[in-house]
Amino acid sequence: MLRVEARARLGALALDVALEVEAGRCLALAGPSGAGKTSILRVAAGLLRPEHGAVACGEEIWLDTARGIDVAPERRGCGYVFQEYALFGHLRAWQNVAYPLTGIPRRARRERAQELLERFGIGALADARPRTLSGGERQRVALARALARGPRALLLDEPLSALDARTRAAAGRELAGVLREAGVPALLVTHDFTEAALLGHEVAVVDGGRIVQRGDAARLAAEPASAFVADFTGAVVLTGVAHPIAGSATQVELDGGGVVTALDRARGPVAVSVYPWEIALAPEHAADPGSTRNHLPVEVVSITTVGNRVRVGLAAPQPLTAELSDAAVRELELQPGSRAIASWKAAATRLLPLSVHQTVSDKPS
Amino acid sequence: MRPFPLVLAGSLAVSLLFLTVPVAAIFLDTSPAELVRSLGEEGALDALRLSLICSTIALGLIVLFGTPAAWLLATRRFRGRALVITLVELPLVLPPAVAGIGLLAALGPHGVFGGAIGNRLVLTTAGVVCALTFVSAPFYIRQAQAAFESLDRTWLDASRTLGATEARTFARIAIPAAGSGLLAGLALAWGRALGEFGATLMFAGSFRGITQTVPLAIYERFGTDFTGALALSAVLVGVSAALLLSVKLLSGAGWLGGAAR
Repeated sequence: MLRVEARARLGALALDVALEVEAGRCLALAGPSGAGKTSILRVAAGLLRPEHGAVACGEEIWLDTARGIDVAPERRGCGYVFQEYALFGHLRAWQNVAYPLTGIPRRARRERAQELLERFGIGALADARPRTLSGGERQRVALARALARGPRALLLDEPLSALDARTRAAAGRELAGVLREAGVPALLVTHDFTEAALLGHEVAVVDGGRIVQRGDAARLAAEPASAFVADFTGAVVLTGVAHPIAGSATQVELDGGGVVTALDRARGPVAVSVYPWEIALAPEHAADPGSTRNHLPVEVVSITTVGNRVRVGLAAPQPLTAELSDAAVRELELQPGSRAIASWKAAATRLLPLSVHQTVSDKPS
Repeated sequence: MRPFPLVLAGSLAVSLLFLTVPVAAIFLDTSPAELVRSLGEEGALDALRLSLICSTIALGLIVLFGTPAAWLLATRRFRGRALVITLVELPLVLPPAVAGIGLLAALGPHGVFGGAIGNRLVLTTAGVVCALTFVSAPFYIRQAQAAFESLDRTWLDASRTLGATEARTFARIAIPAAGSGLLAGLALAWGRALGEFGATLMFAGSFRGITQTVPLAIYERFGTDFTGALALSAVLVGVSAALLLSVKLLSGAGWLGGAAR
């Protein structure tokens, strides 16, 4: 388990956070730029010393300002993937990966580095310099380097934001696999709520140096603690399997049941995203649920008022959130347990490929 | 043609002419055969040898102490840092005669620290090294500090999280990554050391084979043996140009541009 507590004044920002992550779990720290997300990672890694704070990983105490303990970054054993990756430009790919491997013969270092690169499918690029690699390849080198010494915790700072949209989906899938395999606590920083929802077991929304709400992604969207969280959560995310259908549309069989239609093209595992304010609710037995193409029978789970808007948490059976006006909620007589039909346009439905193969099979052949 | 581009081209032409004519004249004024013959004279080779040895030792000392010092100045914030930097850079703007007097006052026989070491430095080869180090070290330290400061900080952070101590980060990441900037500083310092005249003359004197470096030998000759002075000057031009060129080639396009990214 990784535990981080920090209070520090960083320029205009007052950082004040406390969090813990179990081994094998990933906590996504999501929030706008300048919210203090990266500072939390730096405190965990020992690159930033807060005025008051404590960091512990398992039985080891890495920082305790009250007792004057501050373990140097090189002795903490964090696998840190930096934004833009921070690959050493004067070293080859394999030398970057071998950099943390000390105290073993040169030949063994080279072999071990090669193994790690092979695992990420870039063994052929071992002798390449970072500046000649693509964004996706750099990200893999950075991951291989961070994992080389068997880290006790993983810290990932915007690991996907330097990638183009096409690479990002595949890299996200791969990253999820890495996090599963590593079996250590992981903190992942992102400014994108969808990324947080897909990669984190839990999401902590960070704003102004504080964690304003923490929970699983669906709950944050359905029951935001503040207007900020409501705005920040943006789209809700469902997962399913896509099949192209006639008329350049795509049908997605949602995991757990239900079918929705989108105008994006995709095939195979996908994330379906739709904004809560695009979703309308109608009574369960309405004669005409509207002209929209997507209709899902849902059960109301929660009703949360945020300012003049109301967030309605739904089970469909995957969690879904609709954002309605006060008046609409009263008119529909919604309350937890009531049933309804959620509907939204096919055009309002975004598909994000989740599979590595997706990007390949999707290319025109 | 519009007037402004003409002004630009004209200015460059004037600058280039003014800066290259004296250098070219050194080679044009005397025949190559005569230059080579006067180099064979006693004292000329001694001066060359001495210049190379003393400047190399001085540069070695500067790199040995200057590189870690520049790293400290580049990576730490402490009270009085600006003052320390100013003091380190002061010799850059000191007139050479003042530098010579200063060295005598500090390390001369009757100087502040003279009692212990004075007689071993003044008027000796070690004194030459001392003078060269004093005047050229700031060129290197300043450039090295700038090169370290322009490094991508996340490289240094990444190195630490990958298990490297600060010392290993310094040796394995900072120095190679700042390499072109360090080489540029080295070239500037070396050039300054090879041309050093005033401080050396005052502190170490001008004795053939002991303290007479090439600039001192040129000065000694130019009253009596202008051709000999020209020959030595030609060699110094050659060595300096070769130095500049080799450093430019070594550091590639990153020349004077700070860190290689």
